[in-house]
Amino acid sequence: MLAGKFGEVRRWAMAHQVMVGEFFDAADLVPVSQAHIMADTESLGEAGVRFLEGLVAAAEPERRVRVPTITDPRGIDFAVYRRLGQTPDMAALETRAIAALRAFGVLMTDTCINYQTIMAPVRGEHLAYGDTGVVIYSNSVLGGRSNFEGGPSALAAALTGRTPRYGYHLDACRRATKPFRLTASPRDLSEWGALGGIVGEACGSYWEVPVIEGVEAVPDSDALKHFGTALASFGSVALFYMPGITAEEAEFAGASSEPVPIGAAEIMAFLRRYAAPGDKLDVVVFAAPQLSLFEIASVADALDGRLVDPGTTVIVATSPEIKHAADRMGLTARIEASGAVVAQGICFYQSYAREMAEAKGWTRLMTNSAKLVNILGGYGYRSSLASLARCIDSAVAGKVL
Amino acid sequence: MHRLRGGREGAVVSILLRCHRGIGPEVSGVALVAADNFSARYDLDRVRGVFSRPSHKLAGESYVDRILVLDGAKGGVATAWMLHDMSARRIVPRALIFNRVNPILAQGAAFAGVALVDRFAGDVTALFRAPATCCGSIPPPGAAGKVISCL
Repeated sequence: MLAGKFGEVRRWAMAHQVMVGEFFDAADLVPVSQAHIMADTESLGEAGVRFLEGLVAAAEPERRVRVPTITDPRGIDFAVYRRLGQTPDMAALETRAIAALRAFGVLMTDTCINYQTIMAPVRGEHLAYGDTGVVIYSNSVLGGRSNFEGGPSALAAALTGRTPRYGYHLDACRRATKPFRLTASPRDLSEWGALGGIVGEACGSYWEVPVIEGVEAVPDSDALKHFGTALASFGSVALFYMPGITAEEAEFAGASSEPVPIGAAEIMAFLRRYAAPGDKLDVVVFAAPQLSLFEIASVADALDGRLVDPGTTVIVATSPEIKHAADRMGLTARIEASGAVVAQGICFYQSYAREMAEAKGWTRLMTNSAKLVNILGGYGYRSSLASLARCIDSAVAGKVL
Repeated sequence: MHRLRGGREGAVVSILLRCHRGIGPEVSGVALVAADNFSARYDLDRVRGVFSRPSHKLAGESYVDRILVLDGAKGGVATAWMLHDMSARRIVPRALIFNRVNPILAQGAAFAGVALVDRFAGDVTALFRAPATCCGSIPPPGAAGKVISCL
């Protein structure tokens, strides 16, 4: 493949993988069963789209992916993009990117919750997943084996059917390194995200593997989703253990140290960092990660019979599969009756967040996603983190409550 | 591991820093040093070419054509595409010198052709003094990398 026997596209893919594998001292390549490509056009830019278009100019047998390959959220939902201040130029670039990805044989799932909606990996399955939230959930809750695979590397894995064997493909890298003890249970998804943020900041490295002891009640999939995405966002962490809950037993690398206690005071202090009571509220976002069907139902319940303040925009982002289900079950109509927007196949921070803020005059944002408040600082937003119920109450009031 | 060449006060001092083998071309340039982490999505205004995250230790600084000397990579996967896009628009760091990177930064550097080294014997953000002129050398496969910091 590296010699070009299977064409230039696969030669590029293998050359890229060899370069990355050598950097991480990978002994060989491991076959993967799935690839998941992050390829939103805000990240790709014109250069990235041109790169993809260059590859798919090759003959179909030379460019076709070798394993089932799916996509992370895109930058544009064509049904709502004008309402969000996005432009026709952005939509045109998105159209080109979609055409290129389809030409590889990629399945356009446009989701960061594929483990809830498409096909969950099983314990021991080697993967090339391209979203930090997807990787940490799959590695930890399900026992899958993936590194963070950026868009080019996930595409390379899709084209070769394998990935360099380093990091979380190896037992040695999956050993626990930092223990924490939970002394109070998070009460909602924003608090699970806050817990992930606290542990993530304490870890601060892709190569740390935290163990969270003392989780008394089994968290549901959405709680672990918000915990994991925040942990990956604040700490770049790709694997965690919760004894008795996550798929594998935690084995410490060396002697275990005394666990760091985390209780209600620490979680409240984390939330207070983002508090801004009384501020005019420009936009409320439920995304990052995309919402499950249960989360969509919770938003619908909280908005029933209420109207969002005219000065505030509410955006709910989910996967195409969940959006179709929400349409069919009447949840979308209930949410949009309040004035909120339900978008599919995008995630807020992957959708030209800076340009939307400039176009719409948004500054103050509120969300129940700890991951989102962490990301958006660099985009010029002032973000507040609170429960779904408080976010909805604030959207109706038009100010942060 | 490093050694000093010279040592008189006020004299130019070169420090040879050994690290793991890296990615990308041999480069030299002016370093921007901070004990902080890095993500192209989280931290940069990629239109203006500056660190835009208010809490970042390099907030407001231009990263264009600078050799970034930082602690680690953080956050999401977007940096892999973004380095490539920034490189195409010539609004990209010249090189990345980190204590330890995550896969995304390595993948992005490999894809964009940006020089990257990591895994030094000490804290590389403490070994450099900014502004410093750096000379980097990417050795052949199997050999260790080295960075020469000229203070």
